Amino acid sequence: MSNDPTHQFLVNKIVPIEIGGIDFSFTNASLFMVATVGAAAGFLYLTTSERGLIPTRMQSVSEMSYEFIASMLREGAGSHGMKFFPMVFSLFMFILTANLLGMFPYFFTVTSQIIVTFALAVFVIGTVILYGFYKHGLSFLKLFVPHGVPGALLPLVVAIEVISFLSRPISLSVRLFANMLAGHITLKVFAGFVASLSAFGALGIGGAVLPLLMTVALTGLEFLVAFLQAYVFAVLTCMYLNDAVHPGSH
Amino acid sequence: MFVTAAYAQSTTPEGEAHDPAAAGEVHTETGVAPEGEHGTGVFPPFDSSHFASQVLWLAITFGLFYLLMSKVIIPRIGGILETRHDRIAQDLDEASRLKGEADAAIASYEQELASARAKGHSIADTAREAAKAKATADRTAVEGDLAKKIAAAETRIADIKSKALADVGAIAEETATAVVKQLIGGTVTKAEIAAAVKASAGN
Repeated sequence: MSNDPTHQFLVNKIVPIEIGGIDFSFTNASLFMVATVGAAAGFLYLTTSERGLIPTRMQSVSEMSYEFIASMLREGAGSHGMKFFPMVFSLFMFILTANLLGMFPYFFTVTSQIIVTFALAVFVIGTVILYGFYKHGLSFLKLFVPHGVPGALLPLVVAIEVISFLSRPISLSVRLFANMLAGHITLKVFAGFVASLSAFGALGIGGAVLPLLMTVALTGLEFLVAFLQAYVFAVLTCMYLNDAVHPGSH
Repeated sequence: MFVTAAYAQSTTPEGEAHDPAAAGEVHTETGVAPEGEHGTGVFPPFDSSHFASQVLWLAITFGLFYLLMSKVIIPRIGGILETRHDRIAQDLDEASRLKGEADAAIASYEQELASARAKGHSIADTAREAAKAKATADRTAVEGDLAKKIAAAETRIADIKSKALADVGAIAEETATAVVKQLIGGTVTKAEIAAAVKASAGN
C-alpha cells in the first residue's frame, strides 16, 4: 500500500457529515484546504503586522507577492482590471500555498484533485462571463467576433472562438491538476524504486543511487512546478479577465 | 478507516465506495478498478463520491481566504506600500525644496557680491573723477596765474620798448648834431637834423 503512487491522492473522511443525502464530510482534503488558508493568511498577516517603513525580509516577501500580482494584473487586464486584484491575489496565494504544502511528505496536495482545480477554473470563467455580461451586456459577445475577418470565414472563426472559450475552464483546471498529479506520482515512483532496490542487498543499494539522485532532482523540479503552475493559473486568469473588461479588443 | 459502521449502514449501498482507504489497499498502480468492489477502484482524483465534499470545503475555505485577503491583507499591504511611496515622495519634495533654498541662497549671495563689486567700482570712479576735476581746476588756476603774469610782463616789455624807441630819436638827433659839427664845423638847425633822422628812420 505504501508503494502505491496513487495512495497519496486518496480522500479520507475525518469527520463524516451528510446533508440532504449528499456527503459533505470533512476529509483530509478539507483539512489541507484549511491548512492552506491558515498558512497563507497567517504568513501574510504576521509578516505585515509591523507595517515597517523599511520591510523585514519576510515582510518584503509579502510585499513582493502583492506587487508581483498587481503588476501582472495591470499588464494583463489594464487598470480597469484592478478591481479583480483580490480575486487573482487570493487564487495565486491559495494555489501556491497548496502546491508548496503538497511538497511535504505525507501531506495531501489539494490541487492534485481535478474537482478542486475545476472548481477554481469555473470560478474564474464564471466571473469572466458574469462580469462581461453585467458590464457590457450583449456586446460582450463581440469577444467571439474578431475584427478584420472576411465575412465568409466569420462563421468558422466564431465557432473556433466559442470552442476555445469553452475549453478554457478545462485547460485551466487540467493543466494545474495534471502537473501536480504527474509530478507527485513520478516522485513517488522514483522514491519507491529507492526503497525496493535497496531491499536487494549491496548491489541493489548501489543501484538505488540513481533513482535517489533522480528523486532529489525531481523534488527541486517540483518546487519550480509548484510556483510555475500557480503563476500560470494567475496569468491566464488575468488574460481571461481582460476579455471580460475589454471584450473585442483582440 | 474513518467510516464507522453506523455511518456505513446509514448510507446507500454505494456508501462502501466512500471508503477510499479500502480502495487504496486493494487496487494497483495502474488505477484499474479491481473486481467486485462497486467501482471503488477508480483513480482517486476521479472518484466522484467525494466531489461534493471537496467543492463545499473549497468554497468555504477559499471564500474565507478571499474575504481575509480582500478585507485585511490587501488593504494592509497596500497601505504599507502607499505609506512608503508617500514617504519617498515627501522626502523627495523636501529635498527639492532644500535644493531650491540653497539655490536661492547662492543666487542672493552672487547678487550681493555683484552689487558690492559695482559699488566698489563706483566709489573708485567717483574718487578718480574728483581727483581729475581737482587736478584740472588746479591746472586752470595755475595757468590763469601764469597768463596773468605773462600779460603783466608783456605790458612791461612793451612799455620799456616804446620808451626806448621814443629815446632813440633824441639820441640820433644829438649824435647827428655832434657828428655834423665835428665833420663840417658848421651848424645845422635842429629842424633839419630832425627831418634827416626821421627820413633815415623811415627807411
